[in-house]
Amino acid sequence: MADKQSACATCQPKGLCGGKGLTTLKEGAWANNPLAIQVLGICSALAVTNRLENSLVMGAALIFVCVGSNLIVSLLRKCTPYRIRMIAEVAIIATFVILFDQFLKAFYWDMSKQLGPYVGLIITNCIVMGRAEAFALQNPPILSIVDGIANGIGYAVILAIIGFFRELLGTGEIMGRTIPVFSEWYTPNQIMILAPGAFIALGIVIGIFNAIKGPAPEEKK
Amino acid sequence: MTETSAWVIFIAAIFTNNILLTNFLGMCSFIACSGQIRTSLGLGTAVIFVMIMTTIINYVIYHFVLFPFNLVHLQFIVFIAVIAAFVQLVEMFVERFSPKLYFALGIFLPLITVNCAILGASLFMIIRNYSFMQSVGFGLGAGIGWAVAIVLLAGLRQKMRYSHVPKCFEGVAIAMVVTGVLAMTFMGFAGMVSIQ
Repeated sequence: MADKQSACATCQPKGLCGGKGLTTLKEGAWANNPLAIQVLGICSALAVTNRLENSLVMGAALIFVCVGSNLIVSLLRKCTPYRIRMIAEVAIIATFVILFDQFLKAFYWDMSKQLGPYVGLIITNCIVMGRAEAFALQNPPILSIVDGIANGIGYAVILAIIGFFRELLGTGEIMGRTIPVFSEWYTPNQIMILAPGAFIALGIVIGIFNAIKGPAPEEKK
Repeated sequence: MTETSAWVIFIAAIFTNNILLTNFLGMCSFIACSGQIRTSLGLGTAVIFVMIMTTIINYVIYHFVLFPFNLVHLQFIVFIAVIAAFVQLVEMFVERFSPKLYFALGIFLPLITVNCAILGASLFMIIRNYSFMQSVGFGLGAGIGWAVAIVLLAGLRQKMRYSHVPKCFEGVAIAMVVTGVLAMTFMGFAGMVSIQ
């Protein structure tokens, strides 16, 4: 909850749409990275990162859903009654998730099977909901799209990093292909593609992210 | 699959296929609310109750409404609506009939709507093609498994307050690593029973 508050405070509209665009992009993708800093939406981040390919598809899914729902929520922000905004947001998000799910089922059946229930679980992904609630409700459509892209990218990049290392260390391959020297020399460590590896990998990524970014943002509050 | 008894699924959902430690569901509230054992117990109880009820309701809706009328593609939106409505309903009931319990669970109930473990349990039930009894076993087991995991982590985090953790790892980062170790421990149960 505190995270949501701070996200709200940092993205108060100050200037024009154009000048705000870049700040919003940077804010979402780096300074307020949804995964590493706000620790939102980690369920899917952990579950699908056992292979790089899955991570990329999931990242794309989140960018799509986040942009779409931000746009619609922002367009409807003036005529959504405050009291039912939550259920309206959930309905909008669910619509986009269904679109993506049907798309995967139609064109990438294998991928859809591998991701299993996790595509559906984007609905309860707090990032999408959080952005709709904290940003799109107060900002014009264009800016909301930028915010959606920024947060989606922030999420997708971290996902790709974790997916890359988990697949590399867990199977010794990347995208299902062997790497010439590395794969022969390296003994795959199964634990990395199993559950514990996911937790540990994400923990280390968050730790490194904090180390690069400097002292924890909590101190500023 | 269909011949696995509900009891086996129940045990498996708690230990070998713990919904949190192997399927990573419900992580958000898991990390946010595992500061103290008391709080996590409250949340755990609420999750168990809501999970078993929503799995049953969603099972009935899926097999008697969505499937016969060919509306399967609407399952996400229907499930989430059922969960949200059910949580709201429970909240009103508890507030009316047991104010004491309401104050104990109060804050946690709304949080459960966005707990992915609840929706996840319903989706797994559909994907794995469980029968009714199996779904009941699964819902109950998954809820208990989730509660066990969060209480365990809360205990560990309480102890961890007195240990020296590298500065950049404080808070969430170290909690994740600890969860990783916890998940590894639970892997020791593998082979006891297995479901897929």
